[in-house]
Amino acid sequence: MNTQTIHWFKFASPQNFYYLAGRMWPWFAALAAVLATVGLWISFFVAPVDAQQGQAYRIIFVHVPASQMAMFIYLVMAAWAGFGLAFNTRLSGMMASALAPTGALFAFLSLVTGAVWGKPMWGTWWVWDARLTSTLILLFLYLGFLALQSSIDDPRRADKACAVLALVGSVNVPIIYFSVKWWNTLHQGASVSMTKSAMASTMLAGMLIMVVACWMYAIAVALVRVRSIILDRERHTEWVKHAVE
Amino acid sequence: MKKLGMTSVMLAVLRREVAVAMRQKGEVLTPLVFFVVIASLFPLGVGPESALLLRMAPGVLWVSALLAAMLSLQRLFATDYADGSLEQMALSSTPLGLLVVAKALSHFLLSGLPLVLMAPVLGLQFGLEPRSLGILMLTLLLGTPTLSLIGSIGAALTLGVRGAGVLLSLLILPLYIPVLIFGAGAVEADAAGLGFGGHLSLLAAMLVLSAFFAPLATKTALRISLE
Repeated sequence: MNTQTIHWFKFASPQNFYYLAGRMWPWFAALAAVLATVGLWISFFVAPVDAQQGQAYRIIFVHVPASQMAMFIYLVMAAWAGFGLAFNTRLSGMMASALAPTGALFAFLSLVTGAVWGKPMWGTWWVWDARLTSTLILLFLYLGFLALQSSIDDPRRADKACAVLALVGSVNVPIIYFSVKWWNTLHQGASVSMTKSAMASTMLAGMLIMVVACWMYAIAVALVRVRSIILDRERHTEWVKHAVE
Repeated sequence: MKKLGMTSVMLAVLRREVAVAMRQKGEVLTPLVFFVVIASLFPLGVGPESALLLRMAPGVLWVSALLAAMLSLQRLFATDYADGSLEQMALSSTPLGLLVVAKALSHFLLSGLPLVLMAPVLGLQFGLEPRSLGILMLTLLLGTPTLSLIGSIGAALTLGVRGAGVLLSLLILPLYIPVLIFGAGAVEADAAGLGFGGHLSLLAAMLVLSAFFAPLATKTALRISLE
């Protein structure tokens, strides 16, 4: 038996996490900046021109990372929300609300870049296709989360209510996705798969680097945002007074 | 105190809800009138071409039903919350989830079922065939209980919140999309000769799924709102 106890919840305390996040976010921000520079350089100067789509395909380097971030952040947000409900930790709700605006931003970015890409490829800004529609619905779910958050004054109640909403939403996301998919489909199939990739390797490398860059950006931004949320909610405490001095 | 069985609790809640609704008939009739008005606005908006209206009919009727069901959702817990009886229900020995199911069931009986019965009249205005009318009624019958169940989550979350009405629609309408797709899709699939059994099965699946999970979520949301 190990007699040493591990403090699993040490960083669940907003005060401890505030300092941890303060030390972590510059690293994630720096990684994001470096990776984005490398990724964009590969995207624009190294990756070859696509045989069918010409130069216009290059928007994939923003579009794909944005789309997958939009979906993934929702799941991470729901996971934090679930932790918050299960363990009654204050920080979990704060993390969920710190992630929501970033997720909504990526969903919006994914729709805009998709529209800009769709115009030269499909000849239209918008089609009611499965992926576009489900991303739009995902954006609605984010907006609902943010609206509920902002309309409840008591932050603890807001966190819990939003947690229920996020969990309900995450159960619904696959149902919505498949129902919209069976409803209509025009979007090209996935061009990246685990076994076989239909892309040139430099294209794939550029895209994957951009994906990681977006990850780092999202983490950095969420940490910075959660720091402000912590300060705002703990403003009555002694340590905050010292921290902001 | 005598411990009541599940069925008698459900029946008691249902009886109470129906009695309250019968004393304020307007609150039951208004969503129904709203349904008729919304559905009648579409032909005025898009023109009286019968081919176009016929194609739009299932979608228009379903969207109108969705909005009408939404309209009465806010009342689901609000009045009980205001006069404190919701708190008593939460404190009672009866599981809150069971009360939520009974509430959702009463919402279906008072707002979903009238829509199901009204739909064929509106369908006739759009020129739907009797067969399509039957399918439409069947999809509404399977779909509106799901709307009540999912809607109860939103109603519980927005209890006593600023601007609850608009917020409720923002939260709940995206979750209604699968029901809308398969509800309205069934009539179109049948018209295209594809058969509508799959759509009905999926609607029934969603009903079963929401009947299991929605009361849990609603119960949690109610407890949060009552804290």
